Amino acid sequence: MLQANALAAERGGQRLFSDVSFSLKDGDLLHLSGSNGSGKTTLLRMLCGLTLPVNGDISWQQKNIESNRDAFNADLLYIGHRHGMHSDLNALENLQLSTQQLSNSTMVFSALEEVGLSHHLNKPLRLLSQGQQRRVALARLLLESRKLWILDEPLAALDVDAVEWFSQRLAKHLENGGMAIVTTHQEASFISHVSINVVLGS
Amino acid sequence: MIFQKYAAPKYFYPLAGKCLPWFGTLAILTICAGLYLGLFVAPPDYQQGETVRIMFIHVPAAWMSMFIYAMMAGAAAIGLVWKIKLTDTFITASAAIGASFTLLALLTGSLWGKPMWGAWWVWDARLTSELILLFLYLGFMSLHSAIDDPRRASRAGAILLLIGVINLPVIHYSVEWWNTLHQPTSVARIDGPRIHSSILTPLLIMAVAFKLFYVSVVLIRMRSSILDNEADSRWLQEQGA
Amino acid sequence: MTHNLGLLASWQRVLKRELLLAYRQRNDILTPLIFFIIVISLFPLGVGPEPEILRTIAPGVIWVAALLATLLSLARLFNNELHDGTLEQLLLTPQPASVLVFAKIVSHWLTTGLPLVLISPLLALSLDMSSTALIYTMLTLLLGTPILSLIGAIGAALTLGLRGGGVLLALLILPLYIPVLIFSTGAIIAASNGFSAEGHLSLIGAYLIITLIFAPWVTSYALRVSLD
Repeated sequence: MLQANALAAERGGQRLFSDVSFSLKDGDLLHLSGSNGSGKTTLLRMLCGLTLPVNGDISWQQKNIESNRDAFNADLLYIGHRHGMHSDLNALENLQLSTQQLSNSTMVFSALEEVGLSHHLNKPLRLLSQGQQRRVALARLLLESRKLWILDEPLAALDVDAVEWFSQRLAKHLENGGMAIVTTHQEASFISHVSINVVLGS
Repeated sequence: MIFQKYAAPKYFYPLAGKCLPWFGTLAILTICAGLYLGLFVAPPDYQQGETVRIMFIHVPAAWMSMFIYAMMAGAAAIGLVWKIKLTDTFITASAAIGASFTLLALLTGSLWGKPMWGAWWVWDARLTSELILLFLYLGFMSLHSAIDDPRRASRAGAILLLIGVINLPVIHYSVEWWNTLHQPTSVARIDGPRIHSSILTPLLIMAVAFKLFYVSVVLIRMRSSILDNEADSRWLQEQGA
Repeated sequence: MTHNLGLLASWQRVLKRELLLAYRQRNDILTPLIFFIIVISLFPLGVGPEPEILRTIAPGVIWVAALLATLLSLARLFNNELHDGTLEQLLLTPQPASVLVFAKIVSHWLTTGLPLVLISPLLALSLDMSSTALIYTMLTLLLGTPILSLIGAIGAALTLGLRGGGVLLALLILPLYIPVLIFSTGAIIAASNGFSAEGHLSLIGAYLIITLIFAPWVTSYALRVSLD
């Protein structure tokens, strides 16, 4: 269970949001929305433990995430708007060397195939399109089994097919008792699974 | 906790305001007394002549330069561990004062060196260490001002200060050692052979005076930066400040 | 089913990835090395070609050039990772970040410090150093350049993504490099004058051990602060 308690954030000395609280149980999907500059990315980074809250605390399985960082990180999969892939490595190398799991190349191949990327595998990532790079990043969802997904605009630059694939993958994750926190500006079928809505800046 | 209570700007601001006149007055009195004793009462040195009077500024300024750096590092450690905001206000208020004392020590050292060594600058171990200390101050100030986010600025600055304070003895020792390696002929040391009480008394008074001066200026600077940071807060508007 | 990696495997994986990245960006690797060679070859042009003078200033020239070359390479240590988001991922791994940061520092040394050590005999010869001085130049560089990478990593982490970060980094880091410079050149001078350099080398060794213990930890903490 992920519990957020009276969270507050500042940027450059200015208050972004305050008193954000919620708790996320197995199978819950939290949809985070708000206008530009309302602090969505800051809140997501805070929930990952990257940004320290000015106020409040976050706990994972009843333990503060700051003092149990390694255990929390073992359950967490975060994909930010910078997708966390090396642009000078190709898709295969990225997934084999950047992920935290022992995965052989067959698994990586099939994951890439599932996200619709079966060619251009030997090109460094910077030569691929934004959408293709995003697909490589999302292939981590298949390769790493983590309980909590925190995804910042996962649908950005994705085409209709990929959005549909993502929605199904997310639904499966929730069915298996996983949890997810997602921001998006786009219409997608996974919205029907949302169990908690958090709106910032209202 | 009483300490934590007064570490809140709301309580610190008026408290500092009450203490300020006392420290300020004492600082002015001791500076006058120290300068009078040092410049008029103390006898000229039999070797260095009237030049020795530079010591009454130089030595306390050099002490202050190290004292203030140590205070900043201490505050940095407290700030990192207990996450007290006020420590950063104190550190940034201190930095410019510490750098000024370091510069003062360097300038007076060089003024003293011209008649003594016949050169404005000699790579004496202490002067060189002092110069490096000035670099450390400048590094801290540049890092702090280059970071926009106040929380990152204070934490990054604190890390740098702690690294600096751990390295300072190593740097000082290595410079001292380098000096003996490269300059086998011993140059007249700034501290002189033995200190007579007619010299020691004004020296110590000046040392105390500089500390009081430091406290006063730090309080003024902290108060003004609190006004800056807390301009929107309710307690300040209630005070009508 | 997949399994999480152990600490050592994770460390190796980061090192392997860093070395692969360094290979892909090999032009960036060569730049500090070429800079090192150019700076050293400027000195004879500046002070004149007399072997006597060159021999005297050689230890200092080589070491100062090594400090500057290292400084030049530090900007690349974390900056690309900051922009593509992989630095965030490094801090979110289930392993202690300091261990993975250490792998990055090791890779930095292998790709910048070690090349300087290997090229140094040629430069030492061009400055007319004796064979003893040459050996001690290599030895001090071998012991000293890891310290430069370790301390430099802290500075690079603190100045991450800042405007004018390169110059700022120089201001923060160069004063901390002074002991390495003094002990190393002292060792070379002592050895070439026929004295024992053991004391100097032990001091560099002690400094290396201390930075090995603390720098990765401080660097990972500084990265957290900078990414906050």
